[in-house]
Amino acid sequence: MTLAPETSDLISVEIDGVEMNVPKGTLIIRAAELIGTEVPRFCDHPLLSPVAACRMCLVEIEGNPKPQPACAIELTPGMKVRTQRSSEVAEKAQQGVMEFLLANHPLDCPVCDKGGECPLQNQAMSAGRAESRFDIPKRTFDKPVPINSEILLDRERCVSCARCTRFADQIAGDPKLELLERGAKQQVGVANDEPFDSYFSGNTIQICPVGALTSSSYRFRSRPFDLVSTPTTCEHCASGCSLRTDARRGEVTRRLAWHDSDVNEDWNCDKGRFAFTYLSQDRITSPMIRENGELRVASWPEALDVAARGLRSAQGSTAVLTGGRITMEDAYAYAKFARVVLGTDDIDFRARRSSSEEAAFLRSSIAGDCGPTYADLDKAPVVLLVAFEPEDESPIVLLRLRAASLRRGLRVVALSPIASRGLEKIRGEWAAIAPGADANALHALAQGGGDVPNGASIAQALRQPGAVILVGERIADVSGGPSAVAALAAATGARIGWVPRRAGERGALEAGALSGLLPGGRPLDDANARAQVAQVWGVDVADLPISAGREAAAVVSSAAAGGLGALVVGGLEPRDAAQPAAMRRALDNAGFVVSLETRRTEVTDHADVVLPVAVVTEKSGTFIDWEGRRRPFARVFGDALMMSDGRVLAMLAEAMDSSIGRGDVKSLRTELDSFGPWTGARSAVPSDSAAVVQTGGPHLVTWRLLLDEAAMQEGEPNLAGTRRRTVAVVSAATAASLGVAAGQQVTVTGPAGSVSVPVDIGSIVDNAVWLPSNAADCAIASLGVAPGQPVRVSGGAA
Amino acid sequence: MTLGPEIRAEMEQIMQRYPDPRSALLPMLHLVQSVQSEVTTEGMALCADVLSITPAEVAAVATFYTMYKRRPVGQHHIGVCTNTLCGLLGGDAVYAALSERLGVGHDESTPDGKFWLERIECQAACTHAPVMTVDWEFMDQQTPASAIGVIDQLARGEEVRSTRGPVIRDFTATERTLAFPDDGLAGEGLVADELMLAGLRVAQERGMSAPTPGQGN
Amino acid sequence: MTLTPVITAHWDRPDLYTLAGYRAVGGYTALAKALQQEPDAIITTVKETGLRGRGGAGFPTGLKWSFVPQNDGKPHYLVVNADESEPGACKDIPIMMATPHTLVEGVIISSYAIRANHAFIYIRGEVPQAVRRVAAAVREAEQAGLLGDNVLGSGFNLRVTIHSGAGAYICGEETALLDSLEGRRGQPRLKPPFPAVAGLYASPTVVNNVETICNIPFIVNNGVEWFRKFGTEKSPGFKVFAISGHVNRPGIYEAPLGVTMRELLDYAGGMRDGRPVKFWLPGGSSVPMLTAEHLDLPLTYEEMAAAGTMLGTGTPMLFDDTVSVVRAVTRWLEFYKHESCGKCTPCREGTYWITGVLERFEHGHGSEAEIDTLVDLCDQIGGRSFCALGDAAATPYPAALKYFRNEFEAGTNQAAELEFAPAASYLFSEATAR
Repeated sequence: MTLAPETSDLISVEIDGVEMNVPKGTLIIRAAELIGTEVPRFCDHPLLSPVAACRMCLVEIEGNPKPQPACAIELTPGMKVRTQRSSEVAEKAQQGVMEFLLANHPLDCPVCDKGGECPLQNQAMSAGRAESRFDIPKRTFDKPVPINSEILLDRERCVSCARCTRFADQIAGDPKLELLERGAKQQVGVANDEPFDSYFSGNTIQICPVGALTSSSYRFRSRPFDLVSTPTTCEHCASGCSLRTDARRGEVTRRLAWHDSDVNEDWNCDKGRFAFTYLSQDRITSPMIRENGELRVASWPEALDVAARGLRSAQGSTAVLTGGRITMEDAYAYAKFARVVLGTDDIDFRARRSSSEEAAFLRSSIAGDCGPTYADLDKAPVVLLVAFEPEDESPIVLLRLRAASLRRGLRVVALSPIASRGLEKIRGEWAAIAPGADANALHALAQGGGDVPNGASIAQALRQPGAVILVGERIADVSGGPSAVAALAAATGARIGWVPRRAGERGALEAGALSGLLPGGRPLDDANARAQVAQVWGVDVADLPISAGREAAAVVSSAAAGGLGALVVGGLEPRDAAQPAAMRRALDNAGFVVSLETRRTEVTDHADVVLPVAVVTEKSGTFIDWEGRRRPFARVFGDALMMSDGRVLAMLAEAMDSSIGRGDVKSLRTELDSFGPWTGARSAVPSDSAAVVQTGGPHLVTWRLLLDEAAMQEGEPNLAGTRRRTVAVVSAATAASLGVAAGQQVTVTGPAGSVSVPVDIGSIVDNAVWLPSNAADCAIASLGVAPGQPVRVSGGAA
Repeated sequence: MTLGPEIRAEMEQIMQRYPDPRSALLPMLHLVQSVQSEVTTEGMALCADVLSITPAEVAAVATFYTMYKRRPVGQHHIGVCTNTLCGLLGGDAVYAALSERLGVGHDESTPDGKFWLERIECQAACTHAPVMTVDWEFMDQQTPASAIGVIDQLARGEEVRSTRGPVIRDFTATERTLAFPDDGLAGEGLVADELMLAGLRVAQERGMSAPTPGQGN
Repeated sequence: MTLTPVITAHWDRPDLYTLAGYRAVGGYTALAKALQQEPDAIITTVKETGLRGRGGAGFPTGLKWSFVPQNDGKPHYLVVNADESEPGACKDIPIMMATPHTLVEGVIISSYAIRANHAFIYIRGEVPQAVRRVAAAVREAEQAGLLGDNVLGSGFNLRVTIHSGAGAYICGEETALLDSLEGRRGQPRLKPPFPAVAGLYASPTVVNNVETICNIPFIVNNGVEWFRKFGTEKSPGFKVFAISGHVNRPGIYEAPLGVTMRELLDYAGGMRDGRPVKFWLPGGSSVPMLTAEHLDLPLTYEEMAAAGTMLGTGTPMLFDDTVSVVRAVTRWLEFYKHESCGKCTPCREGTYWITGVLERFEHGHGSEAEIDTLVDLCDQIGGRSFCALGDAAATPYPAALKYFRNEFEAGTNQAAELEFAPAASYLFSEATAR
């Protein structure tokens, strides 16, 4: 299905008189592209299996009495093909098909969203007749009909190319959008009362070659030729999707997946496509300072002066918390600001559930290393998923695993208390473990399998060259987990891919926005590393912190206890924190809080100085995806006045009579690049012992669904309409012991609170309950219990 | 009628006939019609559940085939072939007469739920034109009068026998036969009627036969 | 040429549909013979007979069987195409109703030859009488040890599944049939791969027509030489002709290939009321029509092709001079429009368009320009659609135009019913209508 199949056998063929050598198995339509000939097509898509349904790409093949579909015929040695460029037969055949396609097509291009970027419209110009001969009544359907809250279907425009239905079935693994009825009545549709439930549904809008599938949010909002397009990178998760952001009059109107064969191929998820409304909501555009308990607008000089004085007076008792959303360049600015301007190593990008063991793992095993890539997943003999649910936590990873699984039977094993829908899609194998028992299981695998289901075979597979362990950030919740992952990798030779949820985490790690870690994976406690950094930063090595500072948890508890002089906060949400209440107390009780923010949040509500910063569309920058691959992006709004975090920090540094350089994206990136790779020893791999799994129960299993109550999904009700239903999942045995049946309400209670949701029976180990972490009416943080810990579950509502 | 656990069990039984369970979908949908006289949303959901596929995948199939109906057929399905041969040789008149008599058009059922009328495509009985079907059993060589006679008899609850098959039961019974073909009625009806025997009779009359092995031409 | 009842030879036996009745006329003796041969020997025999598929395309059966890869470790399947739905075709259904055991015996032998251990008989759902007769025959055969494990002690195992379709002409196309049999929409598949290599469940599969399979027991019993006594070099064997239309004795007539329509018409008692043959189709609506001038052509694959038509299913429909060709063609196009699966553009859109225009001609509202437009539209479907259904849909109009252009020209200003009163074509008189 790729351009050229994986083969080195070249065959000699001729297209339109041009002799060429192509790999055996190449489709005519792909080979024609190589010589710059675009055979018109609708149903063809390079990533979907050919159907040859639209018949638009008919070409003449020497010796064949009938014109043949170029999209479905593989070239054979000596084959002579003539396209519309040199064959009247092909040209006439294509014109005939075009006439049929247009026969029943409505003449509504002027009001169609696709107008101006429509393959049908474009090809009608080249292969169509000026006047229609069709003068019987056109086929009509009710229109538009929603297939989910994001997508509207106009069946009159549909050409039955089946791109959308093949995408749903083959790529997304959500065969819930289908061709219904037969013949002239054939139409795309969903089952009664069952919308097209897929995290990837928006791709169907993009690959629709006509205006049959349109976006509810974008409908009637713009014409393609009025849009300014910018290549961007998705800021939501660590998958690293290339996007195209289309804007008009200072507003983003839509985002599309942009082709990148190394990363997201042609796809993205609905969050990346639709969740951008937040960019323009509740924006802060002026600096603010707190006066008599109230924030008031201030000038930049005044605000910077107040911030500088506040920070200076707390010198020696300051910390920086950044959150996982910032760009690599901005993270680098924070990392440098903390060490050079504040003189502290108390910095952490992990404004989420985290652990010291995790930090040690990241410093020792992830930072500064190019981990496995998407291409490595394509080739891996086995992929082990640890504390990671790919569909919710990195959807493009799911698509890659699924593609490799379908194409060549890639073995994917999930070490998890629950078998997810995503695992089903990748036809993965479920190695069931008790909640919190990850570390023990990993150690068992390192030692040959132990009592892990199918353990011996998994352990053996992991020893094959190319094996990959994908570990999610949730491993931080398992004591001994990160250590056990490192140990398993060491024992088997498998490579580790760490897949955090947020787009900025890996970049922050590489930039050194973590205590004990300097840019480029340099250990802070290594004298050589410190010397290299001091040289680049132009400071005296003696002025750099010499011992590792405090991590997020310690910073928060210190601040909450009133022990912190000042806190610089950039882009984090207290509700994402391990303990939201503690984070709120920390913001309350810290001596002085400087917030660099794009919009009003709980943090700005607590801040003494608020400095407005640019959102992703207002600046350029780089995210680093889970592979460690840099994903630079351009500024969408060139005339935006908002400054990046880096620029603001540079100004703040100057106000404090210090410097981190100019702080603009380019100079930060250039400076970061000047470090080069770290060739010295890495910091020590953690070797925490595995936690003892707590008795009692049921134990809580949880992760964040892709679509939930997150701040960056605000303002997009159509996207919210495709969220999954909130349910608690228990096993049949657990349900029986609790005396509840599927669909009934249960209440899950922790020390701090409870949630009431309907229950579902699923593939989950006994004595466990799964809940979404941040769904509507189901904020797990409010329970006051960590994942893996016991909770109380009772039938009925609270 | 709802689809109880016994229907699920029967669906699972049908699945046993095939190496891949999904192959059972067509007979399973016939089974749904044998209970509910149509393919209901409930029926599609049950098929989806039993086969572990999505309701949309079932709907894609259920809406493709003409025999699956999305409204209740009622007691008797009346088909009249109006394809070229039957239609022109009299099927059109048979259909028109039935339509007038029943007061319904193509793919409609009478308000009392007794009859569903449908113009059907070629029924593979062109030799027996014009062909009508009652619950898909053959009623060959109809005239408008004979067809109305059949309808009237059925309406009165009288026994009507297929010209080449069993006594007419009802639509759901036939649908059940399609799900469970060995329905015990194979002995009903002739082996071959006079039209099927036409050539054999001529051969017998004229002393014609196929050569046996070794025999000359 | 004489009539030669072979498959139909014992249809006057009231118990023929039962195992006992079939055995009484020599049933299952071929099976016993076959099981004593190597499977490859049977394939060779069938190849040597030159038997061609009776479903319409006429592909050599033995050749088809020989495409199945052997010792490939995959299961093999035999699928019987009993989805007889071609307008005019009405011979497979009668065969299954009258002599289901001939089919079952053929299935067992054919499965043995291609090394299939599971066979499927896909019967169109609209004919429950055929479904139940075949199902009962399979059950009886199982009970008698002719099917199931260790058939007649040979070590050969075979399971036969009866599968009811649900109303879709396209499922007569073999790859659409396979998709349908897999529980999907019956839309044709891309070829290659061909079913012999990757058919049902992506395994090697032979799809054969009912009548084709019913030839097999006779071939095994009587041999190549016997079979080739019937028909011609390129069209060997006998054929179950089903004759319909305005003939005095429509019905089933089994004769060697090469018999002429005139001979068959004579057996069928001639045209009703001595009226002339206006047009006739040798085998289904998908083959171009012929006229009275073609009645003396031998009904063989090659002669029909030479006359610009095809033998097709070998089920001639004859129409007399009361019939409006415009009405007949319009009705066929309505059929193709209804049965187009929707997959490819030319067939889906073309049948919709052509039908709409033809309906206007039937009502006298066509135009001169549209006579040519319709030719263009048929050209734009034929040879460009995904499968043969599109080709078939593009067939009736050009053929009709060739012989009866005047009727289409009349359709530009006069409804067909004015010249051709519908009732004149009915098989019953107005008087008996009510």
